[in-house]
Formats: sequence, structure tokens, C-alpha cells
Amino acid sequence: MTATIFAQVAVGGLLMGLIYALVAAGLSLIFGLMDVVNFAHGELLMLAMYATFVVWLATGLDPLLLLIPVAFALFALGVAIYHLLMARALSVRFNRGMVQIFVTFGLAILLRGFAQFTFGSDFKSVSSSLLANRTIDLGGVFVPTPQLAAGIVSLLAFGALLVISRTEFGRALEATREDRDAVALIGIDRDRIFALGWGLGAAAVGIAGVMLATFYYVTPNVGANFALIAYVTVALGGFGSLFGALVAGLLIGQVEALTALLIEPSLKQVGMFAIYLAVLMFRPRGLFGTL
Amino acid sequence: MLRLEDVSAAYRGLRALQGVSLEVARGEIVAVVGANGAGKSTLLKSIAGQVATEGAIEFEGQSLRRLPAHRITRLGVSMVPEGRRLFPRLSVEDNLRLGAYARRGADRFKPLELVFALFPRLAERLSQRAETLSGGEQQMLAIGRALMTQPRFLMLDEPSQGIMPRLVDDILAAVTRIRDLGVTVLLVEQRLVEALAIADRAYVLQTGRIVLSGLASDIAADDAVRRAYLGI
Repeated sequence: MTATIFAQVAVGGLLMGLIYALVAAGLSLIFGLMDVVNFAHGELLMLAMYATFVVWLATGLDPLLLLIPVAFALFALGVAIYHLLMARALSVRFNRGMVQIFVTFGLAILLRGFAQFTFGSDFKSVSSSLLANRTIDLGGVFVPTPQLAAGIVSLLAFGALLVISRTEFGRALEATREDRDAVALIGIDRDRIFALGWGLGAAAVGIAGVMLATFYYVTPNVGANFALIAYVTVALGGFGSLFGALVAGLLIGQVEALTALLIEPSLKQVGMFAIYLAVLMFRPRGLFGTL
Repeated sequence: MLRLEDVSAAYRGLRALQGVSLEVARGEIVAVVGANGAGKSTLLKSIAGQVATEGAIEFEGQSLRRLPAHRITRLGVSMVPEGRRLFPRLSVEDNLRLGAYARRGADRFKPLELVFALFPRLAERLSQRAETLSGGEQQMLAIGRALMTQPRFLMLDEPSQGIMPRLVDDILAAVTRIRDLGVTVLLVEQRLVEALAIADRAYVLQTGRIVLSGLASDIAADDAVRRAYLGI
């Protein structure tokens, strides 16, 4: 095995890791804010991928052009999910935690069923785009342009989330996260903050979905796998930590790629779950978690 | 300015307030005193929209009863709650600035000057996390954060709790200055003597009912009252 192969694998892992990080960031944002694990997170990713595929099929528009519209659509969907489902789940008087879990879990099943019903369970793919079928030669390491673009866009989206977290709205998010009952004392409507948090989390996963659709197959079940990786990433990085999600995403990307290279491609997830177990045993709050 | 008529409220299944009527006029400091568990905190929470109530609660003629808590704050009714409820991991500056979050307009951070004039210590600790402050400083920050919402009516729940005696006087002196700037104050306190010293009028609360009301000086002077209702 040569250094070139390692470099090739590492770059592939890095780019995938950036996408993992963005998906995880959306999950982490919602969890950090509300202590709710969104079990429908992968299905939001799936919806964004189908949205990209369907619009591309119908209009021939390049997926890159769909980045902003799909992000906005997912944002709106996130806000709607909060208002229509989560706000109600929050107001129940008994077993609130369970109700929240079942609500997002039920939503996941509903969305998956909807996709299956509408699009069938065949694998679809966006076969032509500005980026498709090209590679860039980086000193002997060949990088497919869709993956490269996806990595860069994920990084930019991550940057945008970090910028948002430094704004006054970001401070209000943080305050709501620290004491959701106290924000009313300063005139903040926590429902609004929660809804915007869901919107942002869904938009993040929407951006990841569009970029993923340029090189990954689309099926009703595609979200499940990414969601699982996102849970591992969030647990590793620390629940609620944006920076932790980035570091953990990159780490998971590398571990996955190296496991596939060194052990066996079909066992590529073994490494990351081993890390997950290790985190649970030795550092349950994750690398950068504060909870 | 504020009027409560026959207000009852339950808190964690217990009837904490029963038929409470009370009035606060513009520019007053009104103290609510009473023993632990008399319903003082529930009274403030009822006004702030944090517990469900029966009866009438009006602020400047507008009913507060069905308004969500954040709307009540935006009307100019601000509460410094028991336990202060700061945002512990945010800086002192962020805590203060967030107080103006719901305000719009260029001058929304203007109360900062007032806060720093009242509590110069806060200006020295702007970048510190709120959780690293001492009890007294946290109380100052909580009052400062409430002032940032530009209230016309300020409610304070046990501002002396968990604070060094020397600082209690500072904080109560600040409350008087806040009133002198035109903010009406409703003060809940267990420290009877200090509270009555700065208040204009007072209500004595016992097991959820108002058993006595009058000028603060009269209540402070009445030994029988003190023995009977306040257990001191």
C-alpha cells in the first residue's frame, strides 16, 4: 500500500466527513436547544435529496442552483414541524420526553412512507450536472468534483452556522438553551426561537442533501444511514456543540475511510461504532460536550 | 398602575393564592412580606404570566391574565425572579444585552449607562461568565438585565437572598434609585425591616391571603402585627 493510496483515502474521508459534520450540526443544534433528538433528521436529508432529484429531472436545472431554494424549503419545513408537532409535544403534561421521541420517530416513518409511495423504492440518481463525471488531479490524488464541491459547500454552511451563533440571535439561541423559562423575562418568545432553531437545523441538513444528491443514490431509506452516522458524530463531538460536530464529523469520515481500506469495505462502519462505544464508556459527554 | 382583584392561583397542585386583591400606584415602592410559603413568589409569577390564575390582573387598564409571559415583559412589566435565573454560561455583557433583545430602535442599549451607574462592579466584569460572579453580583446582573428591558414596572423576588449583608443595603439603595427614576416597584422580601424601610406601602401575606395592608411605616411600627403575622 502506497502513500498515494492513503492520501486518496484520506481526502475521500475528509470530504465525506465534512458532509457528516454538517448533517450532525443540524441534529446537534436542535438537540442542544430543546433536548429533543430528532429521529426524523435523516428523512429531512432524504427529502432534500428527492427535492433536488425531482426538480433536476423536471427542469434540468443544475443541482447547484437548487442549493439556496432547497435550503429555504427545508427551513420552512423545519419551522412547520416545530409549530405543528413539537410545540404540541412540548405542551403535554405527562411523559413529555417519550412523546417527543415518538413524535419525531413517527414523522420519520411517515416521511419515508411518503417517499416510497410517491417515488417508489428504486435507486435514483442525478446523472448530469456541472460537476458530474469529472475529477481533479491534486498531485496524484484524484478527487471527484461532486465530492469536492460538497465538502466545500458543507464547510461554507458550517461557517455560516458559526457566524449565526455569534449574532444577537445566536446569543438568544444560547440563552434559550440555557434556561428556556427565563427568556420570557427578557421578552423573548421561546416558541419563536425554537421554531427558528428547527428551521436552521433542517436547512443545514437540506444543504447537505442537495450536495449529496450530486453523487449519491437517492432512495426512501437513504436518510437512515446518514442519520445513524449523525447520532454517532453528535455523541462523539458532544451534544449541542457545533465545533464538536465539525471535529467529530471529520474524525468519523477518516475512521470510516481507513476502516474500509485496512479491513474490508463492507465493514467500513465498524470503526466508527467502535469509537462510539469507546466514547460512551470513557467520555459520555463527548469531546466538546458541556452537558 | 397595577391592580389585582380576587386573584387565586395554584402552584404544584397547592392553592398558593386565595382571593388576593392589591393595587400599586405609579411611582410607589410596594413591599409584599410574609413567611416562607405564604405565596409571595406565586403572586409575582401570577403577574408575570408564569402561573395560571383566576381573577383579574390589570396593568394600566389592560388585562395580563391571558397574555404569554414574554408579552407581559414587552408591555413594560419586568420580573427579577427568585434564584435570579441568569444565563450562566453567557458573559455579563451578553446577559445584559439580551435584556434588550425584544426592543427595537437605536437607543435600545441605552439603559446600559444606568445599569453601570447603579452597579459599577458589573462594568468591570463584562467579559466574565455570569456563573463566575458572586451572589451579590449575580443579583445586580439580574436587576441590570431586567432594567435593559426598559420596564415601567419592576418586580423583585427576594433580592437579598444569598447575599452578604453589606451588599443587601447596596441593592436596596439601588432599588430606591430605580424608583426615583420613574420605575414603579413591587418588592417581595423576607427581610422585613429592610424592605419596610424603603417601601411606601406594604401587604402582609399569610397562607395565600392578604391579612394586612397599609403604610410601610405603620406596619413596621406595629409590634403586634410583627408577632402575629411575621413570626418575629
